[in-house]
Amino acid sequence: MHEETGELKPLTIAYTPDMPYNYHAGFYYSRFLKELRDHKRIVGVRCPKCRKVYVPPRMVCRDCFVTMEDFTPVSDRGTILAFTVTNFPHTDTTTGGPKKIPYTAAFINLDGADSNIVHRLDETDEKKIEAGMRVKAVFSEKRTGDYFHDIDHFTIVRDDSG
Amino acid sequence: MNRRVAVVGFGQTHHRSKNTDCNGQELISIAVKRALESAELTMADIDAIVVGNMDHFESINYVDMWSVDGSGGYMKPIMKVTTGGTTGSAIGHAGFYHAVSGLFDTVLVIGWEQNSESDTTAAISTCFDPITEREFCAGAIGPLAAQYTAYMNKYGATEEDAALVSVRDHNNAALYNPYAHLRQTITVQDVMKSAYISYPMKLLDMCPRSDGACAVIFAEEFKARKIVDRPAWILGVGDCHILVHLADGIGLAGLPSLEIAAGQAYKTAGITEPFKQLDVAELYIPASTAGVTWMEALGLCEEGGGPRLVRSGETNMGGKLPINPSGGVLATNPIGATGLLRIGEAALQVMGKAEKKQVPGAKVAVATGFGGCFWSDVTVLSSLTHLE
Amino acid sequence: MDRVAIIGVAQTKYQRYSPSSHAELAYEVTCKALEDAGLTIEDVDNTVTVCNDFWDGRTISSMAITEATGSHRVPTTNVEGDGTYGALMGAMRVLSGLHEVTLVVAQSKASEGIPPVITNAMFDPIYERMLGLDAINSSALQMRRYMSKYGVTEEQCARVSVKNHKNARNNPYAHLPLDITVADVLKSRVLADPIKLLDASPISDGACAVIMAEESVARKRCQKPVWIKGVGHCADAYHLGDRDLAEVDALAAAAQRAYRMAGINDPTKDIDVAEVYDAFSYMELMWIEGLGFCRRGEAGAMVDRGLTEMNGPMPVNPSGGVLSAHAVQVAGLARIAEAVLQLRGDAGARQVEGARVALAHGIEGACGQGHCVYILER
Repeated sequence: MHEETGELKPLTIAYTPDMPYNYHAGFYYSRFLKELRDHKRIVGVRCPKCRKVYVPPRMVCRDCFVTMEDFTPVSDRGTILAFTVTNFPHTDTTTGGPKKIPYTAAFINLDGADSNIVHRLDETDEKKIEAGMRVKAVFSEKRTGDYFHDIDHFTIVRDDSG
Repeated sequence: MNRRVAVVGFGQTHHRSKNTDCNGQELISIAVKRALESAELTMADIDAIVVGNMDHFESINYVDMWSVDGSGGYMKPIMKVTTGGTTGSAIGHAGFYHAVSGLFDTVLVIGWEQNSESDTTAAISTCFDPITEREFCAGAIGPLAAQYTAYMNKYGATEEDAALVSVRDHNNAALYNPYAHLRQTITVQDVMKSAYISYPMKLLDMCPRSDGACAVIFAEEFKARKIVDRPAWILGVGDCHILVHLADGIGLAGLPSLEIAAGQAYKTAGITEPFKQLDVAELYIPASTAGVTWMEALGLCEEGGGPRLVRSGETNMGGKLPINPSGGVLATNPIGATGLLRIGEAALQVMGKAEKKQVPGAKVAVATGFGGCFWSDVTVLSSLTHLE
Repeated sequence: MDRVAIIGVAQTKYQRYSPSSHAELAYEVTCKALEDAGLTIEDVDNTVTVCNDFWDGRTISSMAITEATGSHRVPTTNVEGDGTYGALMGAMRVLSGLHEVTLVVAQSKASEGIPPVITNAMFDPIYERMLGLDAINSSALQMRRYMSKYGVTEEQCARVSVKNHKNARNNPYAHLPLDITVADVLKSRVLADPIKLLDASPISDGACAVIMAEESVARKRCQKPVWIKGVGHCADAYHLGDRDLAEVDALAAAAQRAYRMAGINDPTKDIDVAEVYDAFSYMELMWIEGLGFCRRGEAGAMVDRGLTEMNGPMPVNPSGGVLSAHAVQVAGLARIAEAVLQLRGDAGARQVEGARVALAHGIEGACGQGHCVYILER
């Protein structure tokens, strides 16, 4: 009983299970990750019908509903379509600990790709970022087949004629 | 459509940030009791039940089975439908399909969430691809925030445009909706001064996490006419779940899934001029920015016309097409219930039972649902069995 | 009941570990089902996916297979429950008159997660979860209760396992086709007394897809449509202690609804073959009692006399059942797929001769709290 008011104070039961999963990358992501790890190369896959190139690569062309098998490298440079500088405390779903903030998530269309990717931008001052800016991938020296870390981040390039 | 189906009952809990005085089952039973009371029915009248919520918020597997004590579903047909943020609207549609199929006459649909029991952002973040997207997508907040930068870049929309949406929905909740979670009157200045949580999204641009439940009762025509004087007929439904990779949707300035789903629902319902034919809209707007960027997808304005529509005041109470008299998602967001609340609130409007929230003379309403990955559901309801 | 027919089915091989991702698995089974039905993806006008966030390890798990199942092209929804429930939603959407052809896809890759943790999560977090209950030990409670109430023996349960694993040798999709004896089952490692390893189903990766169509489309496009003549579903109480685990009232209610719709008066006479959800050996005995194939407590005697064997008067699980292949949530839809193959005469070495009426069954929740029953007919 709650001492002061004499009311019954409702309880909460804490439940913090570890729920580990080993996600199977499948054939297409496996190829994508190996290319990043072994060759610092970003690959997509091209649809035999509509010729669209998808990054990250996947089995099915969403418009044509056919299997794609033609892997093709795309540029490590691209254009920012949208971005956000995230600055509120939240949990890192991989570690279970707090996520390091602020960080900038940039949604990028790589040259040569017809679909988009998301990755970290090294700039966290929103006044210095605009949709439409050009960016380039910066790879890590140590790569393990982990997209989030093998490419360490993207950085804005100013004089980009490519 | 092989038979007519209508909403005949609706009940909801008083939504709060933390319901420490009841557990999930008890929360559900409150909403169910209120829905049954609203239609003067008992559990014996219910032929089937549909339940929905988002698993990783309460971390309960097979919620359809777990919730039997709260849903009144003992020895009844029960099914669970879950589609993320669109769960509430998807279960509404599922209830509709239960009845319109002819297999069941009176169907109880229950949406609920105890968001306070979860790490909401982390749970949402796990919806994104674990290998190529999850690391950089902060729940629902990050992606919604990023989408607005694309719209601002394309059409010159501003943060103030979004703030107007926030002011409209919050003030509606404060003035008209005693069930809403957040009931605060705010100004554009309040929104603009609130802290950035994920640029350009500020604290007052974003929906809360709420604990709450609601229940909607659907009935086929013959029974519906016996239960209420003015059933809320379901004239059209649409579901569109496009995209697997979030990044493919963010770059788009609008919401194609909403456009497609609205197209399906409008077609069946006979809506050709939405802004003229609709009297009221209960829209799933989880962030103020969405209230700017997604209006054209519903055919409510021209391309890029979101800012103009919002600034015109026509979507405020008293305007030509009031949006979210209930306060919408920005005021109340128990995620598994949120989409169903839109259907329930829209039904109350055309049934003439919306009390303080009532848009006078409302006959035709639209309710929408939204969720990852840029998915949309649309429902058109009316007190008329068909539009001219 | 208005007419809806199943016009295409497909399954992937069930195995412990599939190297495909969820999307790749779903795409494989979708393409196979379309091929079986003689359709293209353009012919499908709505879909129902069956995905579970716990088993798939992500929120909105259905998101991963949207494009792979063509669900982005048409109205779609996701049922989170056994595949039999997903198929029911698919049928309702056709019966609505708003859609003509529904594709239903169920997939599961339990090899990615930890099943006891995942099934522990179905127990109430306030009263039950900390006991460490999971699918296996809760079912062990049910098996013990059933045996002690009705005098069913471990040998009788073992006979089900022997029969089903042997039947699985005729099923190219099965995970565990085995040639075993009752003694093998009794000697196998105890998982949770009295459930032994060979009393339990494996956990498999796999997928199943079913395509259903409204009557005029089915008659026009399909050589051998299989009609859904009756369907029923029902849920029992939730807390294990609120039920008598040896009883099958919810199943009986679901079956009654399906039988009434389909005009089934005497199940053993009117039904030619049954595919039931035997996640554990004892379950097949309980379920055939609930379905009215015999009186309560008498299923053991039925199996002793070989009445449910392939060549018996009431064949049960000619596919090998769930004991031989258990992709969670898929397995109920697989029961429907197997029943369809039987009625089409396409079941190969596992064909029950002259099958015209089949029963398919799925379960939901712990110890078969929920049940869904179909009567299918050529």
